[in-house]
Amino acid sequence: MSIKKVSKEQPDKFEFNQDNLNLANKIVLNYPSGKKKSAVMALLYIAQKQNDNWIPLAAMKYIAKFLDISYINVYEVATFYSMYNLQPVGKYFIQICTTTPCMIRGAYKLVDVCKKNISEKENELSTNKNCSWTEVECLGACISAPMSQINDDYYEDLNVKQFENIIKDILKDKKPKPGSYRGRLNSEPEKNRKTLLENKNA
Amino acid sequence: MLKVKVNDIDIEVEEGFTILQACELAGFEIPRFCYHEKLSIAGNCRMCLVEIEKSKKPVASCAMPVAEGMNIKTNTNFVEKARKGVMEFLLANHPLDCPVCDQGGECDLQDQSMFYGIDKSRYKENKRFVPEKYMGPLIKTQMTRCIHCTRCVRFATEVAGVPEIGAIGRGEDMQITTYLEKAMESELSANVIDLCPVGALTSKPYVFEARPWELKKTETIDVMDSVGSNIRVDTYGWEVKRILPKINEDINEEWISDKTRYSCDGLKYQRLDTPYIKKENNFKKVSWFEAFQILKDKINLTSPEKIAGLTGDLTNMETLFACKELFNKVLKSKDLESREKNIYINLSNRNNYLFNSEIKGIEKSDLILLIGTNPRFEATMLNARIRKSFLKNNTEIFSLEDLGDLTYPYKILTNTTEEVKKIIENNSEISKKITKAKYPIIIFGEGALDLNSSKYIFEGLKKFLIENNKINEDWNAINILPFNASAVGSYDLNIVSKTNDTIEKIKNNFFELIFLFGQDNFSFNKKNEFIVYIGSHGDKGAEMADLVLPGAAFTEQDGYFTNLEGKLQMAFKASYPPGEAKEDWVIINEISNLVGRESLFKNKNELLNAMNSYINSNKKDDISNLFKEEFVKEKISTLPNDYYHSNVIARASKTMNECRSIRTKLKKTGTEG
Repeated sequence: MSIKKVSKEQPDKFEFNQDNLNLANKIVLNYPSGKKKSAVMALLYIAQKQNDNWIPLAAMKYIAKFLDISYINVYEVATFYSMYNLQPVGKYFIQICTTTPCMIRGAYKLVDVCKKNISEKENELSTNKNCSWTEVECLGACISAPMSQINDDYYEDLNVKQFENIIKDILKDKKPKPGSYRGRLNSEPEKNRKTLLENKNA
Repeated sequence: MLKVKVNDIDIEVEEGFTILQACELAGFEIPRFCYHEKLSIAGNCRMCLVEIEKSKKPVASCAMPVAEGMNIKTNTNFVEKARKGVMEFLLANHPLDCPVCDQGGECDLQDQSMFYGIDKSRYKENKRFVPEKYMGPLIKTQMTRCIHCTRCVRFATEVAGVPEIGAIGRGEDMQITTYLEKAMESELSANVIDLCPVGALTSKPYVFEARPWELKKTETIDVMDSVGSNIRVDTYGWEVKRILPKINEDINEEWISDKTRYSCDGLKYQRLDTPYIKKENNFKKVSWFEAFQILKDKINLTSPEKIAGLTGDLTNMETLFACKELFNKVLKSKDLESREKNIYINLSNRNNYLFNSEIKGIEKSDLILLIGTNPRFEATMLNARIRKSFLKNNTEIFSLEDLGDLTYPYKILTNTTEEVKKIIENNSEISKKITKAKYPIIIFGEGALDLNSSKYIFEGLKKFLIENNKINEDWNAINILPFNASAVGSYDLNIVSKTNDTIEKIKNNFFELIFLFGQDNFSFNKKNEFIVYIGSHGDKGAEMADLVLPGAAFTEQDGYFTNLEGKLQMAFKASYPPGEAKEDWVIINEISNLVGRESLFKNKNELLNAMNSYINSNKKDDISNLFKEEFVKEKISTLPNDYYHSNVIARASKTMNECRSIRTKLKKTGTEG
């Protein structure tokens, strides 16, 4: 992982919308008085969600002023964590897990699908600019490998064809159904469970 | 007190000491990179590892407080191995470029690797590359050398009060940078160069100039402002290569301002190295003999009451005293003046023109009121103390005027004399706060002493403070912050016009012969006056002069200066005057010899003895009764102060010019947010 670069194209202005402003004020109240700068990570995440999955400099300045801290403090936090995107990633941000279990179950085939349909390189916007993809480390859904996270949702038990359809939907700005693509519920085994059968509520 | 053992030596230390401090107390040096006495503890370089009995792992001594009965060991194999390991990691990514690194010879990493370094590297991998960062015209960066000690980050946030430096990224990719690579907006920024234990942040103007061991080091004092910071001047031959801070806890601690540090290249440019005479608006070189002949004729032709003299902002006390003697004994004129403006001054007692609370006293103050002064630009080191006081005691700070960013929060009152009148009459919130405060500090700038009602506000506030017992044996709340390094020295030597009208008379073109002793900040419409300029630089004073006599700068002659607290300090000679220039007191002595047929002093010692006995005689020419004590409703505003151009040396300095242009541009665009 190399250092994250700040996008060259930056919007002039950023402000929380009313819902997010209320949310931010509520988060700030979680911390004792005088310690509101602790809310910086949560606020950055809200800003990222509001601004199509990336944080512009204007948002960092806005948050710095919001929390009464210096710009560099917010900038340090934003560059430290890999889940903050400092460049546009599109309305749909596709993360493909390529850690061992997913890799064994064919994660790189999903990567190839992205390369073919979205962009040749990681972190590059698609031609219609509404999505981009990146390889990430374990997302903790090894039981339903291979999997991919698109914005807040997990798409699990994928195969190449299903994933291609998902990507095509996304490129058309349609949100596909999240969850397992082999009909499983959460992490239950396929076709009902195999153990604890006598226990109804298990 | 806690009893601990360091390498089997029993010592007692105060509670709250760190292990590192305890070891130093016992006389054992601990290697360190990130730890610095004046900064908060980071504990991230791990170089200061020590062994503690019953602890299986080595302990970072800078961050660990001592506990009763600790048995600390600093010289065991275990410790050495641990430190060697740390050093190996630090060197894993540090480039082997000591021969081309400006820090070479005074590098902490270089020195410590002599003890803890391993001769060969075990790392086959490529070294990390970090792009250079722009940090302004003073700081050169070579970030591949950075070992991430974060001293610079802590300095900028804590001492300088401009949180603009930070560490971005993480792990191996961590990089130190200013926010979006902007120049650091601080007058203390260059101190990060001294703090940097490696060559990551080095001095841009000094780049590849000299090696530390080639330089002659002279410990002296600074004259850029009235604080009198202690400095070390490094010279190579004639040239002053650089200026570094010298520790003085009472004045500047470990820091100096950027102007102090980087105006030194102004000592090279625009220098006067031979006498000049103005003929048909052109300056012509002449010899000292010819120059003195012209001056002699001029003095003989002029009646004493038509002669006036102005002393300058960088003039040392020897020169001031020689001027005084010259005017008293030889020229028989009473019009010698050290002020640039007719500011109110009460010479009856020394406490009326000193910074009585003292700079270190600021640290314990609980209320500060600024009247007509911007300490950030008028006395940067003093401002750093106010910030320290604010961080330590949460001091309440008030200013009559909106001064912009002072690096600490302050409350703005209205900047009229009425506000002060209300305080004097005990009619405002502030006066109640002052009476309640234990150690209040009221700072008068020259902006508050340049008014029609200056006498009223100064004497009124003094009376108010005396009535409320804020001026007593332990504490004196009234303080004056003068602009110039020579100000307090001049007042000590009573160099003020006895009729308090010399400046007015000069402006009305009353005089025929005017001496400017290094006075460059004074301007008036010249008519038929013959002006003699004695000074070091070809600046405003020399420009309007008819006869220019080249003198020496503060680094080129021994000279006393009294700082704003009234501390007498000596500026030592580090270099010598260029060309045919002479030390200032010698020139004055020779003028006396020429006109009065007798030298004022046989040698410097005689001058010093005469000056000492004059100061000790405590003779005071009080001129305060020449000012009217009246109340006029008017605005109190700080005097305009072009920080990077405040004196001749700074104006001649290329570095200061560059800083100034960057700073003014920044202000114009308003990109700071």
